[in-house]
Amino acid sequence: MLKVKNLRANVGNQEILRGIDLEVKKGEVHAIMGPNGSGKSTLAQILAGREVYEVTAGTVDFEGRDLLAMSPEDRARAGIFLAFQYPVEIPGVSNMYFLRSALNTIRKNRGQEEVDAMDFLALVRKKMKLLDMDEALMNRPVNEGFSGGEKKRNEVFQMAVLEPKLAILDETDSGLDIDALKVVAQGVNALRGPERAMIIVTHYQRLLNYIVPDFVHVLSSGRIVKSGGKELALELEHKGYAWLEDEVAAEHAL
Amino acid sequence: MTAVKDYQDTYLTEFQAREKEFAAGPSWLGEIRRAAINRFAELGFPTTRHEDWKHTSVAPISSVAFQPVSREHAAPTAESLAWSCFFELECPRLVFVNGHYNPGLSFLAGLPKEVTATRLSKALAAGTPAIEQHLARYAAFENQAFTALNTAFLQDGGFIEIPKGTVVEKPVFLLFVSTAGGQPAAAFPRTLILAGRESQATFIEGHIGLGEGGYFSSAVTEIVAGENAIVEYSKIHQESPAASHVGTVQVQQGRSSAVTTHNFFFGGGLVREDLNVVLDGEGASAQLNGLYLTSGRQHIDHHTVLDHAKPHCSSRELYKGILDGESSGVFNGRVIVRQDAQKTDSKQSNKNLLLSEDAVINTKPQLEISADDVKCTHGATIGQVDQEAIFYLRSRGIGKEEARKLLTFAFASEVIGRVRYAPLRDRLRDALFQSLARRARREDA
Repeated sequence: MLKVKNLRANVGNQEILRGIDLEVKKGEVHAIMGPNGSGKSTLAQILAGREVYEVTAGTVDFEGRDLLAMSPEDRARAGIFLAFQYPVEIPGVSNMYFLRSALNTIRKNRGQEEVDAMDFLALVRKKMKLLDMDEALMNRPVNEGFSGGEKKRNEVFQMAVLEPKLAILDETDSGLDIDALKVVAQGVNALRGPERAMIIVTHYQRLLNYIVPDFVHVLSSGRIVKSGGKELALELEHKGYAWLEDEVAAEHAL
Repeated sequence: MTAVKDYQDTYLTEFQAREKEFAAGPSWLGEIRRAAINRFAELGFPTTRHEDWKHTSVAPISSVAFQPVSREHAAPTAESLAWSCFFELECPRLVFVNGHYNPGLSFLAGLPKEVTATRLSKALAAGTPAIEQHLARYAAFENQAFTALNTAFLQDGGFIEIPKGTVVEKPVFLLFVSTAGGQPAAAFPRTLILAGRESQATFIEGHIGLGEGGYFSSAVTEIVAGENAIVEYSKIHQESPAASHVGTVQVQQGRSSAVTTHNFFFGGGLVREDLNVVLDGEGASAQLNGLYLTSGRQHIDHHTVLDHAKPHCSSRELYKGILDGESSGVFNGRVIVRQDAQKTDSKQSNKNLLLSEDAVINTKPQLEISADDVKCTHGATIGQVDQEAIFYLRSRGIGKEEARKLLTFAFASEVIGRVRYAPLRDRLRDALFQSLARRARREDA
């Protein structure tokens, strides 16, 4: 579904991504871990189309299309969803209005009919139950006054409603207590399927106990330095990132 | 170097020509008129050297020989006014065209019979005692040339008296229509609203301009809210691109009264609004809201004064602006807390969204606090549309332009949302939508 080849990117004059290669197939869940500053969030945001980053080399192919040539809204309409690390508040725009607009735009793109108000409400209620969210939040402006946990849950809730093909979760577990984490994981797992792929960017291994990945990649200084199965995450947790850096240095020495 | 001519004399000459006509009215009013014209003669039109006018040049007014309209021009039909979403409002209304009452477009059905809602000229002619007691007693012209001008020439407008304890369900709508004829025309609408103690009422004052031509309106509205009265007042500008409007709204509040004012700017060339609210009784509260949408070369200047004259009064002020093109805005929010006004609670906020590089806003809070046990905050922001929010919306499939419109609409909606009368809120949203759509079309052109 997604083929990233030799992706290099800057922010300002600073090079953050130094040649990323990644392939994600339908039905797969890939975890991306790494220390602070490794470029994990940058990768997630570039895939979503954040214009503050400048891609200096490489290609990204999404279902046969040149992703880097697509606007953020076209990427969303093609089925990409980014759950933000720091979701912004949008006063004056209600969650309900925003989500329904988004859903209808995406449905229109898929050649599906728009959802009317009643059906939308029913859909929303079902998904809110899944994420243990208070229905009253729907009428509030997007993320306004939401706690950190509520904002993260709102991201996964949107994902549940929009049903993307490729879901990218950017440190969705950061700042969550164990109960919120379980609820979020439940929401994400409910979306796993043979037609869907996920990229889970996380700093902590704990989330991966609940959302078990098929592949784990470790990012360090803008490159994927190691890839493996779910055991890699446990090893990292156990030994720390420093161990990995030593390992990588050792491999290069050979 | 040729100096730009100042047509102050036109008004002095016109006043002399009308002395006989004014003499036919009540003598107490004649005295006030004379004092007013003399003061206007002394003051002259303000220039940008005056502190209160430093960002607003009145050259479009002072450099044109406006003729105060003494005869009514051809009356507009209802069809010609249908473009204005406010004209559709179904509430009792008094319509004035170029300052003259138009019975054909007015209707007053649906008001409780105790309520007096009539034209000022009629009430003056009938010698209504309340008028002598209140007219021109609040809006001072000592330092305000335009209030002096209006007071000297006041011709007609609304006179509304709500008796004690009366609750009026539907708003009373005062609509002032200007049609630009061949001659540059001036009109002096004057309105007096008396809300008796414990009464509850809503008033809407609209100023609509037909056609693209220029005209000058100097409008003064005095509102007296009795003890415990609850008053909501909206003033709406939907004026011609070449129109000049200088308005004063003067609010006098009694003990425990609650007054909410809204000011909406959707069209005009040069508009200056002075809103003065005097909290003259313990426990009175005032909420002042404003929204201005400017584009092209429009200029809007809001000078508000909140005078906390008594203790335990609260005031909340929120003015928001969306400025585009080469338009400019001024917000000067003055809050005076008198020495005995302990436990004053005042919050003032002015937020501005600049949609173009050439739009300009000058915003200044002015706090004069003489009491020591008070809470007064003020804040102003000037910014562009939030790029983070735009990206968030785009990342969910909402197009860039759509996202921008959504955020701009949301910014303005907060103020519109504070209007209690739902049909007016709907019309205001329509006017906002039209205004934003016009911008989008200009961008595509």
